[in-house]
Amino acid sequence: MDYTTLLQLLDSTLRLATPLVFACLAGLYAERSGIFDIGLEGKMLISAFFAAGTAAGTGSVWIGMAAGIAASSSLALLHGVASITFRGNQLVSGIAINFLASGATALIGQNWFRLGGQTPLLDRDSRFSQIELPFADAVSSIPVIGPFYIETLSGHSILVYCALVAVPTTWWLLYRTRFGLRLRAVGENPEAVDVGGISVAFLRYRAMLICGLLCGMGGAYLSTGLAGGFIRDMTAGKGFIALAALIFAKWQPVPALYTCLLFGFLEAASIRFQNLEIAGIAIPVQLMQVLPYILTVILLAGFMGRAVPPRAGGTPYVKER
Amino acid sequence: MTSLPRWADTALVPLFSLALSLMVAGLMVLWIGENPFHALGIMLKGAVGTAYGWGYTLYYATNFIFTGLAVAVAIHAGLFNIGAEGQATVGGLGAALVCLSLEWPHWSLALPAAVCGAALFGAAWAAVPAYLQARHGSHIVITTIMFNIIASALLVYLLVNVLRAPGQIALETASFPPGAHLPTAHEILGWMGIGFPKSPPLNISLLLALAGCMLVWVLIWRTRLGYEIRTFGFNESAAIYAGISPFRIVMTTLLISGGLAGLMAINTVMGEAERLLNNAVQGAGFVGIAVALMGRSHPVGILLASVLFGILYQGGAELEFHMPAIDRDMVIFIQALVILFVGALDNMVRFPAERLLAFIARTR
Repeated sequence: MDYTTLLQLLDSTLRLATPLVFACLAGLYAERSGIFDIGLEGKMLISAFFAAGTAAGTGSVWIGMAAGIAASSSLALLHGVASITFRGNQLVSGIAINFLASGATALIGQNWFRLGGQTPLLDRDSRFSQIELPFADAVSSIPVIGPFYIETLSGHSILVYCALVAVPTTWWLLYRTRFGLRLRAVGENPEAVDVGGISVAFLRYRAMLICGLLCGMGGAYLSTGLAGGFIRDMTAGKGFIALAALIFAKWQPVPALYTCLLFGFLEAASIRFQNLEIAGIAIPVQLMQVLPYILTVILLAGFMGRAVPPRAGGTPYVKER
Repeated sequence: MTSLPRWADTALVPLFSLALSLMVAGLMVLWIGENPFHALGIMLKGAVGTAYGWGYTLYYATNFIFTGLAVAVAIHAGLFNIGAEGQATVGGLGAALVCLSLEWPHWSLALPAAVCGAALFGAAWAAVPAYLQARHGSHIVITTIMFNIIASALLVYLLVNVLRAPGQIALETASFPPGAHLPTAHEILGWMGIGFPKSPPLNISLLLALAGCMLVWVLIWRTRLGYEIRTFGFNESAAIYAGISPFRIVMTTLLISGGLAGLMAINTVMGEAERLLNNAVQGAGFVGIAVALMGRSHPVGILLASVLFGILYQGGAELEFHMPAIDRDMVIFIQALVILFVGALDNMVRFPAERLLAFIARTR
């Protein structure tokens, strides 16, 4: 493999990791606040649909993304209502949201566009365009770094850079602000937060809203950045890979980025090398696809340190009366 | 706050939640531009109005009984097995391997062997998540989600590279030998001189599912193991104090659960398709969760809830046929709403009901 191939591989790694980063951080906010969210997949899917559908209708990719975020946030709030207000089973609610998004996008899509659940192909204006980073010309003469800057880092849509910025922002929010401290506390020990006079429910609802926002951006990127329109069930398990990445990263933002890049790289490699051979043994493409899950199970088996979820995760908080 | 009487909690709350989900689904139908009551009529008539409809309804219900029982057994031990989907997928592999391995002379020999194959493979697929839960405390939900996806990839790999019949393009194995053909409802009722349409895939697996309900009831409420499972589910520390080994209970319960999920394949793979197809489970594992919750983890409740979901599936297919504006995705949509309202938003009905009860008690 030469250097150009590697750069192209890294370039698609970055693009494929972007929806994972968004969804993984979304899950991080939810789970750090004590709410299990296996509905990331559904939230991304509904956002992907409404982003592409609205962009096709209005011709504006930004209005599309706003619609996607709105749709994703309403599902996040629904999950909040089920798991915070009505103290329901968070896993069941997540499953329901995944099915709901899958069914609703197909039904509404068929009703709006009559294309078998797809949206029309988006033209250039209703998609996210590629951004050339500054100084691309200046660094092009530098060996090794120059091509890396031009081929791999530069030339992505704005949402890729948003995802990269979202990671340090999340880190700062989580570890350097009062909100972050409370968010982490409410996921570990909601009684303590409650005794401190802070509303557990309000904190968790805010976490769910951030979750909805991030899933919305991830979904919008899928249909209006990575692809040129919505197709049925286009998330294809990305929400679950993000969930695996979240566990693999032990619920921390910066390791989450590295994990998503690793999983994105695996996906990029499995697309580029359909028949990968290592030391004479053919690696089936299906193995490459499930490698993120296998790695996560190995991690959970305790071979790579321990992954301990937030202590209050999954249990509804009942205020004493 | 007064808690609801038991009959209201087990019957009224799910029924109210069901009505709510049908109302939301009705709004969707209205938005599409059809009459929701007309749609409901078509669904009911198509699912339970004819013998043909019942044949499909009960066929689907058979799947959900197996996966529902699988989830319910785990719930009794306080474990949430979200992996019935994957266990049923791998169970299908077991059933297919058994059916394809021999030129079976008669179904009465093939059936017990395939039952063992499906149950063993399903249990084996639950074994790793079970062990990780029992030994390392890694959350069963997370590991079984991962194993669901690994199972479907494994099946695709095996179908593409190993099991696909030579010269075939579709992702499926060769058809099973005629000796592995399970008697359908048409044939069984024919022996008794009762007429039944030929096309519905309803087969002898329904009786197997009913036997499964009985056995699960006996296991949970009439055996020592069942008592230990329930004790462990109620209070883990009490169970340990009473000398019950958590490792043994978690492993046994999840292996039984995986085996039950695997048995679903007898109905779909052996009873209907008579060959192994890709993605034969089609979400039945997840419906099993809804069925178990709605049936309050009791075999009788699971039976009723399974028939209800069977009606939904068959009715949805009829709806697609009679109302072209509504396609098959309506079933997924309604299924999602039922799971949501019955499984996750049940307190939305229960809390007001409890408040009402408290109000009545106060005014007396």
